[in-house]
Amino acid sequence: MNSLSTAPKLEVEIAGLRLKNPVMPASGTFGYGEEFSPYLDLEQLGAIVTKGISLAPKAGNPMPRLAETPAGMLNAIGLQNVGIEAFCSQKVEFLKNISTPVIVNFFGNTLEEYIEVARRLNEVERVNAVELNISCPNVKAGGIVFGTDPVTAARVVSAVRREVQVPLIVKLSPNVTDIRVMARAVEDAGADAISCINTLTGMAVDLERRCPKLANVTGGLSGPAIKPVALRMVHQVVSSVSIPVIGIGGIMCAEDALEFLLVGARAVQVGTANLVSPSAMADIIVGIEAFLAQRGIENINAWIGSLK
Amino acid sequence: MKDCITTILYNRQMAPGYYCMGLAAPGYPQLARPGQFVMLRVNQSYDPLLRRPFGIFRTGTEGLSHPEMGPQDYMEVVYKVVGRGTRLMSHLVAGDEVGLLGPLGQGFCISPDAGGAMRDAVLVGGGIGVVPLFMLAQQLVQRGVKVHLLLGGRNCGDILALAEFERLGVKTSIATDDGTLGEKCFVTQLLKDALQEFSGVQVFACGPTPMLQAVQQICVAVDVELQVSLEAMMACGVGACLGCVVKGRNHKEQRPEYLCTCKQGPVFDARELAWTQEAQAPVSVPGEDRL
Repeated sequence: MNSLSTAPKLEVEIAGLRLKNPVMPASGTFGYGEEFSPYLDLEQLGAIVTKGISLAPKAGNPMPRLAETPAGMLNAIGLQNVGIEAFCSQKVEFLKNISTPVIVNFFGNTLEEYIEVARRLNEVERVNAVELNISCPNVKAGGIVFGTDPVTAARVVSAVRREVQVPLIVKLSPNVTDIRVMARAVEDAGADAISCINTLTGMAVDLERRCPKLANVTGGLSGPAIKPVALRMVHQVVSSVSIPVIGIGGIMCAEDALEFLLVGARAVQVGTANLVSPSAMADIIVGIEAFLAQRGIENINAWIGSLK
Repeated sequence: MKDCITTILYNRQMAPGYYCMGLAAPGYPQLARPGQFVMLRVNQSYDPLLRRPFGIFRTGTEGLSHPEMGPQDYMEVVYKVVGRGTRLMSHLVAGDEVGLLGPLGQGFCISPDAGGAMRDAVLVGGGIGVVPLFMLAQQLVQRGVKVHLLLGGRNCGDILALAEFERLGVKTSIATDDGTLGEKCFVTQLLKDALQEFSGVQVFACGPTPMLQAVQQICVAVDVELQVSLEAMMACGVGACLGCVVKGRNHKEQRPEYLCTCKQGPVFDARELAWTQEAQAPVSVPGEDRL
């Protein structure tokens, strides 16, 4: 293959949403977009994914909320966010000045909360798609996580489905026995796309103080350490559903992103890398383009899912 | 200059376990304000993964070793070796490259009082907490403010940068836990004495959490204005990850008021914060590395 004289086409489509390239931030690592605007041209991104929004403002967990681990980090932020009302009145305004599609991540502690937030988000013009976080404990069902039981997950997805006209992306938790079961359940319940994986539950302890490093005891593991697990799960999900999949998990550079695309992810989300380098996504987009150009691949869609 | 790769100019040991790293930092003498910090990435590998926050000790412009290149802007961080990140950092030498993000955060607020007069300033530093106080002292002295510096540490080895402050003409008092330098007491005792001696002062403090809590109690009791520089474990440094938050004065579980140490801080007016004995979040000290 020869290298190209013109730049390869990076445009992808997810459930009717056209993205200029397949790179977007993972929810919770990019604030509400505004925080990164001094370091990164938000117009360059395929999409912006906001921090998870809930019905009421959420305080989050006590400190310490972070612990560094080999090639990764644990976080137990506890979904601290401003709540749907403040999001609509304070955070949406900034996003109106940007043409990049906005995907709003949201969650609830009960089925009713999920439905109410979805209903409110559906009324916001600037919201181009929603991403449903089902990795939350169901307060009314004794704290069982919505996303670890296929029946409960399907119930949330179908209830939210009825409330939103925009594309509905469901973000899957990796903390399950078989992620394919969850993927099929949310597809059947009406999800337009799946993003995976969320963080892996982990723990770190301090030997001197004989205590957990996180006040919450456990936290979500992210970063390069989880990439092989994420890649395996994305590959499994791609093979078991027909809706598009967004790959997430330890993507630090263009090569990492290209691996997820190769196994069939239609787009990727970059998380921990944003925290290490606020301009990480810009480098990843440039790197993907250069990689494809060097190999004479004119359109990224020819690379996506081309795993032999 | 926000996020760039830069070159180490020198990395010298100041005292056992403490180092001063000079970095090429174009624009920093104009940009960096006292109390601001930088995030450094000291290696390109994924382990350790995260950058480390460091208070800016000093900035300047010098003719250095390549006069043909003209004057060079530099920035210094002073750090204590406490973990893997800072140990790796202590092995770096002139010419090595590091990732530099900054200057970040809100620094100290230097303003005259309502009458237009500049009050005397009392600066309180605990151990490595002295780092952000040097540039503050420089600017206060330039404005003709009388500066009293109170430094505390476990022993004489924790008392840093004395010569630099003396060159500014700052009057310094020292307290060590073991009495190996200065008085054998906590630095907070020196503060109590100073507040009795001088009236109408403002206090600026940086150091470990128990010290800051004691300083806050002392200042509140006599109605003296206090600015504190907090430290926290950070991942991003730009207000996105919410890993470094502290509770604001009006914080309630239903109506959370969390402030990011990295973005709304690291320097806060003490009145903006919720001071409970439950300890504000700061878990590390500038230049320390307990991740």
